[in-house]
Amino acid sequence: MTTLLSRRRLITGAALTGSAMALSGCDALGQSPAFRQFLSSGEWLSYRIQRFIVGDALAREYPPEALSPTFRMNGNTRPESAEWERHAASGFSDYRLRIDGLVARPQSISMAELRALPARIQITRHDCVEGWSAIGKWTGAPLGPLLDRAGLAPNARYIVFHCADDFRGTPYYESIDLVEAFHPQTILAYGMNDGDLPIGHGAPLRLRVERQLGYKQAKFVMRIEAVESLEGIGRGRGGYWEDAGAYEWYAGI
Amino acid sequence: MSTTEFSPPIPDAPIVVRRHRLSTRLWHWTNVVILFVMLMSGLMIFNAHPRLYWGDYGANPDPAWLQIGAEQERGYLRVGALQIDTTGVLGRWQNAEGAWQNRAFPHWVTIPSSYNLALSRRWHLTFSWLFAGGLALYALVSLINGHLRRDLLPKRAELAPSHILGDIAAHARLKFPTGEAARHYNVLQKLAYLSVLAVLLPVLVLTGLTMSPTMVAAWPWLIDLFGGRQSARSIHFIAAFAMVAFILVHLAMVVLAGPINEIRSMITGRYRLPQEKTR
Repeated sequence: MTTLLSRRRLITGAALTGSAMALSGCDALGQSPAFRQFLSSGEWLSYRIQRFIVGDALAREYPPEALSPTFRMNGNTRPESAEWERHAASGFSDYRLRIDGLVARPQSISMAELRALPARIQITRHDCVEGWSAIGKWTGAPLGPLLDRAGLAPNARYIVFHCADDFRGTPYYESIDLVEAFHPQTILAYGMNDGDLPIGHGAPLRLRVERQLGYKQAKFVMRIEAVESLEGIGRGRGGYWEDAGAYEWYAGI
Repeated sequence: MSTTEFSPPIPDAPIVVRRHRLSTRLWHWTNVVILFVMLMSGLMIFNAHPRLYWGDYGANPDPAWLQIGAEQERGYLRVGALQIDTTGVLGRWQNAEGAWQNRAFPHWVTIPSSYNLALSRRWHLTFSWLFAGGLALYALVSLINGHLRRDLLPKRAELAPSHILGDIAAHARLKFPTGEAARHYNVLQKLAYLSVLAVLLPVLVLTGLTMSPTMVAAWPWLIDLFGGRQSARSIHFIAAFAMVAFILVHLAMVVLAGPINEIRSMITGRYRLPQEKTR
């Protein structure tokens, strides 16, 4: 009996040691710069191949009965910036969206002006990087015509969205390339589920870029900047989560 | 190979045949690594949202058909109305330093071992290219070199219920084919390998793609095929565990059928036909 137990313990011990070694090996690999380089190759491949396959196809749009009964709120639900608080207190009547950077005509657009522009309404699925999904109805101004109005410089390659919210003092921001920026479903939403965009979902403006994951859907957008390179912004990886961890800039999968 | 065919078998002299082609052996051993990485990084991704749903949407306010969580310092697995206390293994467990963690899958089955969704995605989404690429290449090679038709597709006679039942009975008594009959896969082997190659692995790839918002914009039929994005996520998870079940049965059969001969045949390609036990 005792020999059986000790043999069992020996085998279990050996198996545990073996798997622990394999596991710490994976953890060590995940920390090594060269292997991280290899682990980034998937993002590059996905970006190239998915872009090639998808072309300018639209994300699926759903009928009203497909809406999630409750759309989960995520990320920051209320910015702490004084500027945003001031705007929120006055119902965003003095808020102006700025479009600047590499543009011929920098813009400063009020909410009333934005609402007066041709609007796009779409019922789409929001897929969070964590795995959950929610279907919501968004009303907003397509981004492409706004960028045309500002007149992008020929060397502009990315559109950066500067937001009013922050995580422990680090401001939220996101960026997309021009293919996504001029996609017809890419809008600055001011309405959600037939009402005004709620504060928890990003009032006054939330970016909807429907063929990408949730962390790309920047909330509380204050300023849009056209840039040639993402290097000078934040820590240079194109977004708050991209800077904070190893999240991919290309969030198509 | 031909010399062994023509020389009359001397009793008890082992007959060695060429069992596995180079393509099969390469694919097999790269998959050992790739599938482990896919499974363990996938379990870490699941830890970011340990709930599964049916349909297109599904988040915390919606009903989940499967959930792993913790309540009042107890870990649980909930499937439908059934709830199992899994403290120590699922939902709530101790990490390598002995600290209690409220996460679905424990540190010893995930890559990386401590919670990191971004890094597990890097592992999963990079190895997925190796996984899908390897599968596509192997399927193509097997189609061209006749492996699929000759070795994996069951013959009409093999699909007769009496034959299948007989094979099941033989497996249940742990009686495996010997001599000439061991030259080819038996019908249960064929069906098992074929369903993994033609059903399970493609389902894993396709449900994985269905979770990509860009891919379903390109191929919206994927959403319809699997009944919604969250259904696809559920099926991805179920298929992953079906794969684990296949691997466990596969390993058990290797051990029962003679591990040295079996493993050697997957390394060198040469397989010694098991002899009939006369004594």
